Amino acid sequence: MTKTVAKPASFQDFILALQIYWSQQGCAILQPFDTEVGAGTLHPATVLRSLGPKPWNVAYVQPSRRPADGRYGENPNRLQHYYQFQVIMKPNPVNLQELYLGSLDAIGIDRTMHDIRFVEDDWENPTVGAWGLGWEVWCDGMEVSQYTYFQQVGGLDVDLVSGELTYGLERLAMYVFGVDNVYDLPFNAPGTPHSLTYGDVFHQNEVEQSTYNFEYANTDNVLKRFEFAEEECKALLALDTPLPLPAYEHALKASHNFNILDARGVVSPTQRQEYIKRVRDLAKGCAQSWVEGEKARAEGASA
Amino acid sequence: MFELLLEIFSEEIPARMQVRAGQDLVKAMDAGLKAAGLSPKDSHALTGPRRLTYVTQVELRSPDVSEERKGPRVGSPERALEGFMRGAGITDISQAETRSDKKGEYYVAVLQSEGRDTSDILTALIPEVMTGFSWPKSMKSGDSDFRWVRPLRGLTVLLDGQSLDGITVGGITSDAMVHGHRQMGPGPFPVTTLADYRAALETDGHVMIYRSARRARVLEQAKAACAEAGLELVEDEGLLDEVTGLVEWPVALLGDMDPTFLELPDEVIRLTLKSHQKTFTVRDADGNLAPNFVIMANLETPDNGATIKAGNAKVISARLSDARFFQQQDRQKNLIDYYDQLDEVVFHKKLGSVRDKADRVAALAREIAPHVGADPDLAEQAAKLAKCDLVTQTVIEATSLQGQVGRWMYEAEGGNPDIAVAIEDHYKPQGPSDAVPTNPVAIAVALADKIDTLVGFWAIGEKPTGSKDPFALRRAALGVVRLILSRNLASNLNFFAMLSFYHLNAQFPDDDRMASFVHKLGGVGDLWKIVGHAKADNSFDAFSALGDGFSKTIVDTLLSFLLDRLRVYLRDQGQRHDVIDAVIAQGGDDLLAISQRVEALGAFLSNADGENLVQGYKRAANILRAERKKGKLDLASFDTLSGFTADPAAALAKALANTRPSIDAALNSGDYPAALSSLADLREPIDAFFEDVVVNSDDPDERARRLALLSAVVETFHQIADFSRLDG
Repeated sequence: MTKTVAKPASFQDFILALQIYWSQQGCAILQPFDTEVGAGTLHPATVLRSLGPKPWNVAYVQPSRRPADGRYGENPNRLQHYYQFQVIMKPNPVNLQELYLGSLDAIGIDRTMHDIRFVEDDWENPTVGAWGLGWEVWCDGMEVSQYTYFQQVGGLDVDLVSGELTYGLERLAMYVFGVDNVYDLPFNAPGTPHSLTYGDVFHQNEVEQSTYNFEYANTDNVLKRFEFAEEECKALLALDTPLPLPAYEHALKASHNFNILDARGVVSPTQRQEYIKRVRDLAKGCAQSWVEGEKARAEGASA
Repeated sequence: MFELLLEIFSEEIPARMQVRAGQDLVKAMDAGLKAAGLSPKDSHALTGPRRLTYVTQVELRSPDVSEERKGPRVGSPERALEGFMRGAGITDISQAETRSDKKGEYYVAVLQSEGRDTSDILTALIPEVMTGFSWPKSMKSGDSDFRWVRPLRGLTVLLDGQSLDGITVGGITSDAMVHGHRQMGPGPFPVTTLADYRAALETDGHVMIYRSARRARVLEQAKAACAEAGLELVEDEGLLDEVTGLVEWPVALLGDMDPTFLELPDEVIRLTLKSHQKTFTVRDADGNLAPNFVIMANLETPDNGATIKAGNAKVISARLSDARFFQQQDRQKNLIDYYDQLDEVVFHKKLGSVRDKADRVAALAREIAPHVGADPDLAEQAAKLAKCDLVTQTVIEATSLQGQVGRWMYEAEGGNPDIAVAIEDHYKPQGPSDAVPTNPVAIAVALADKIDTLVGFWAIGEKPTGSKDPFALRRAALGVVRLILSRNLASNLNFFAMLSFYHLNAQFPDDDRMASFVHKLGGVGDLWKIVGHAKADNSFDAFSALGDGFSKTIVDTLLSFLLDRLRVYLRDQGQRHDVIDAVIAQGGDDLLAISQRVEALGAFLSNADGENLVQGYKRAANILRAERKKGKLDLASFDTLSGFTADPAAALAKALANTRPSIDAALNSGDYPAALSSLADLREPIDAFFEDVVVNSDDPDERARRLALLSAVVETFHQIADFSRLDG
């Protein structure tokens, strides 16, 4: 196991420290997915790869979009666009909890000073028909990670259980750096020429995106985009040789458009269930199609 | 007896499941040991965040058992002997003994089964118990199919001072090593006895293994932390239990928050601290919330918890800032200004938006108001305001505050106090133990809201089926029942239901589903005329003019659904099911009257007079039933109350003639106990009649008259309740 390293000096060092740590634990370090997602889990490297019989250890950074969480850049803790660091280990190693705690050492959290707790939180993402058991990990009362043992994805029982770790990077970095306002986080090392804060990079984006999400998103158009994406997804899955990967991207687009509608406050609880079901049906279809494809390819390879 | 200890060590077990799991483990292990012939004693469980431990006293070996199995008679056919030997596990009949009884000699096989070592029994039992263990939710881990609440990490079995190594469950093999607090004393520590186990864990291991001691420590520390600062802990049993399941080594820390947060409603602060942070609320000497909280940490630190306090304070501050931000946003408008926004929230796609619902509820609440002593204008206004907070940020973030937020906002605007109460209380009662509103305006809105929900889902055919009740209609129905009964509201539910249905239809005049539904009812034009008339009067009477077509379809099935809830409710109150059935069978939709009748009849039947009377009734009813079986009885042609000579039949006829008008009068005035006591006057004449009179007289005319008399008796009983449904 890695020895405790010096506290990272910036947000980017912080990310690098996690990447190096998990790389040392045997994870392939992937890059972000380029379609809007609400959570790092939705990256196909998690949703699709946690299915099927092949082992799969990866880690990656994923920008996550939650339109309803926008605060016009005025709230020091909430963002509609932020980063998650995601680790998937399939099958989960026996000592995953210890590996996780080791990662806290790697980013400079001194466990003799901080109260680390695993508090029940059964994770579920109904839009992709996924659920698992696990915890929120608390550091001094703050949720710093989501820790889940996947049991079902896309409505299908998993063959091998994946251990999934999700770190909310900004929040965790703020904690480690003792910064109260996300926009004050040093993005790169403070002493470098033209050093940047998180605010330099993202503040204006938060202002404009919040304004769009809450005030200007044309709900009729967003609904049309939702429906277009849904239609495209279904069509791709209905092909003689289905294309689950592009279909899944459209399922994600449908999901994101639903999130915008939700942020605009035009979705009631009952309606919400219905939208979620529509997206879930898409995601399930993609997952099933993907698993079938994987099996066929595996048989093809062994034949 | 010897000490047995089983520790099942795992990753963190959800706090809410620990106690139950401990009980289940004791039950399953005890049962398994007993089934193996052992007699475990003083069994108990130790439960905590990462371990489930079973401790008991047990023998080291199960006793030898000798069992006799009786076989066929000596000299039975070969086949019978073979079967017997096979079953008893013997190879030759000479291995069986012979016994004799009156009929002769027969074989007996004496089966000796040797006792087994408890260690062997445990080797088989532990995997069986763990594999069959039932958690509220369980999971697989890695590539194993074994299910546990979270991944299993260790297993320790100690019997009589020795570790039973090598028992394997879910890929984990038992050994003598136990693990302490992750940070303060991970170990592992070798143990062979409970004393070792306790000593290792509670000292170096920093794990308090006894739940009750841990719970007491949590409370004592939390109180002490407050007292030191001259403050007082706001005790919370539920939170205390939960926290006891979250820490192995409790360390209470008193944290501070910015006092300006105290301007938030107490409930928002309490909810934030408790549900999000598992943190206790603190009050000052005057009983007001203090700008502090108690964290229960699981760690002693070199800085005495300063870092932990600061971290928690930061999180709490962020959460409360959010709450304050939402409140400020929400209060930029008056509560009623959110009304139109409710139109953007769909209640149900077939039942319109939440504003559509609020409109209907407002109209209905206005109509219900006079029947519950509320001002119609206030009820209507309250119903419109009641749902407005659903679109506020505060409620979107914390749904459990619905109603309360509306009330706070409305009070802050200086609104009418009855309306303010109604906004909060109209959701009540939410379940069998939730308080029932007492304010008449709140009652009007609460009833209207629930009836609208029930009628709406009934109209679109979304009734609960079996265990499926996605719209919580049973809860709504129970709410109606409890509102009516606990507030003594004479009610005509069919009338309310029909008004509700009228409002629903008025909103969707062109809706195909509604139209086809209404079409099924037939004679809609007339219906609306009558409803319109009833509305204008706001009277129950006009309702009775309605045709059957309407009531049969929706109101009757809804009423029987409500009556089912009433049945459950009354049974929970200790009423006899047959008494409830006897009263409900008489019909009616006035839940209060039904409930009062059940109570009166139940009390009446609990004394000997009542029981005798029922026996008399049953005898009369049985005779009539038997006679009806023989052939057609034409009783109507007899004047049942005269024409008897001076005998017990004449006395009964006379008693009946006297009693019937007083029963009628009592029932008309709603005095059910009086009706029952009039009925009781019939007891003696009925008894005397059966004592002396033979119904089946040889004179056919006399026989018919006597039967007619009995029939009149039965009818009289049935005016009060369907006595045929009573047991016994």
